[in-house]
Amino acid sequence: MSQGRSGAEQRLVTPGMTIGSLSGMRVGSGAISQNDEIIATKLGWVRESNGTVSVDPINSPYLPRSGDLVIAHVAEVRNNLWFMDINGSFQGLLPMSLAPWKVEFGQARQHMDIGDAALARVQEVDECHNVVLTMKGVGLRRLSQGAVVEVPVNHLDRIRGDNNSNLDRMKDTSDCRIIVGENGRVWIDGDDNGISWTREALAIAKQHGHKKNFDSIMKKHEGSFTRKGDA
Amino acid sequence: MGGYGDVQLLRDDGLRLDGRKLDESRPVSIQAGILPAADGSAIVTHGLNVAVAAVYGPMEAHPRKIQRQDRAVIDVRYNMAPFSTSDRIRPGFNRRSREISKVTAEALESVVLVERFPRSKIRVEIEILAAEAGTRCAGITAASVALADAGIPMRDMIVGVASGKIEDTVVLDLDKAEDNYGQADLPAGILPNTGEIAFLQMDGDLSPEEFDLAMEYNFKAAKEIHEIMVDALKARYDGGDN
Repeated sequence: MSQGRSGAEQRLVTPGMTIGSLSGMRVGSGAISQNDEIIATKLGWVRESNGTVSVDPINSPYLPRSGDLVIAHVAEVRNNLWFMDINGSFQGLLPMSLAPWKVEFGQARQHMDIGDAALARVQEVDECHNVVLTMKGVGLRRLSQGAVVEVPVNHLDRIRGDNNSNLDRMKDTSDCRIIVGENGRVWIDGDDNGISWTREALAIAKQHGHKKNFDSIMKKHEGSFTRKGDA
Repeated sequence: MGGYGDVQLLRDDGLRLDGRKLDESRPVSIQAGILPAADGSAIVTHGLNVAVAAVYGPMEAHPRKIQRQDRAVIDVRYNMAPFSTSDRIRPGFNRRSREISKVTAEALESVVLVERFPRSKIRVEIEILAAEAGTRCAGITAASVALADAGIPMRDMIVGVASGKIEDTVVLDLDKAEDNYGQADLPAGILPNTGEIAFLQMDGDLSPEEFDLAMEYNFKAAKEIHEIMVDALKARYDGGDN
C-alpha cells in the first residue's frame, strides 16, 4: 500500500510511461521492467527508496493480504459459515470455527445476519484470491453500533498520518472511537455530532487525500468542530 | 465504406471538405473521472463523436464458467445510444456492437496485466452518445483512460486512431462523409510508448504503399492523442496539488 508522499521528488506518471533506466535499481509495485527501462503500470506518483522504484497509485482496488484488519459486511450466510464483503474483488469466507462465538450448525444467522458489519482479520489469502477471515483475536467483534464510511484504499496512510498523528487528532477532536480497516472502510462510533464531523473529515480526505496540502486542509477542518452546547 | 459514387471529398485547394489537411485529425478532448459510481471513467470527444467509458472491478467473474484460474477476463460492452445518429438505432446488442466489443476486449487484454487478477473480471462499459465515424476508436481511447483512472495495472495505454482513403488519397481520421463515400478505412489501436499495434482492421482496399502511409498517419495521430490522454489523467489529480 501507499506509504504517503513525503519524498522531495513527486512525479505523476501514467501507465506505459518510462520512469527511468533499470541500471542498479529494483522494480517495486506499480512498475515493471521492459528493455532495461522501468515502466509505470499505474497512474500515480513515483517513489524511490532504498534503490527500489515504485509507483504509489492514485486509485487502487483493495488487494487483501494476510494479517489485514478489515471491516466486513455479511453478504451471505450458510449453515456453518459466512461470506463477507471485504470491499475487494472476492468475498471473504468466515467459517464458524473462526468466529468468536460457539456456533451450532445451522445457527450462524443467529449470530450475524446479512448486512451486519464485523471487525475481522484476514487469516489467509491463496494464489487464487480465496480469502479466509478470522474473528478470533483481541478486539475482533461484530460492530453493532456506529457508522461505516468508505474511503479510497490508497488514502489510508494519509488519513492515519505519521505515527497515526492525523487519526489521533481526529479521535481527540470528535471524541469518537475510530477504527480504520485496511480495506478502505472506517468505523466511527460516538455521539451524533462527532460522527457527523468525522464523516465530513473523511469526505474531505476522499476528495483531497492526494494533495500536498492535505494536512493543512484537515487542520482547518479540525478548527470547524463545535461541541454540543458550544456557542 | 458506403461506395465509391461521385461525391467530391477533396476540395480544389487539396484540403478536405471540413478544411482539414490530409494528415490532420479532428479535435480531441478527454476528461477522466466523470462518473462517481464507477471505479474509473472517461469521456472522449473526437470530432462530433462522444464516447463515455466506465470501468468496474476487478471483481469475481460471474458466471463461473467464464473464470480463468490464471488471469482476469475483460468484459467489454460497446453500445451506441439510440440518439447517437441521425437515424434512431434500435437499443440493445447487434452484430456490429458484438464485434466491436470483442475486438476492444482483445485489444485491452493485450495491455492490462490480467495475470495479476486470477478468476476476476474487469467490466468495461462503452457508451457512444454521439456518432460521426470512428466510434470504435473513440471508445477504445475512452476505455483506456478509464482503466488507468480505475488503477488497473497496464503496460501501456491504447490509443484508437484511424486513417483511410478518399479519392485515391490517403487521409487521417475519416469523418462521416469520408467514411460513407470513401474507398478504405484502417482503424488501429496503437500503444504509443512501445509503438506496438493492439488491434488493426481494414475495410476496403489499400496498396502496400498506401497502407504504410496510412499507418504512418495513425502513429502520428496516436502520439498527439496520447498526450491529451496523459494531460486528462494528470489534470484530474495534479490540479491544485501545490
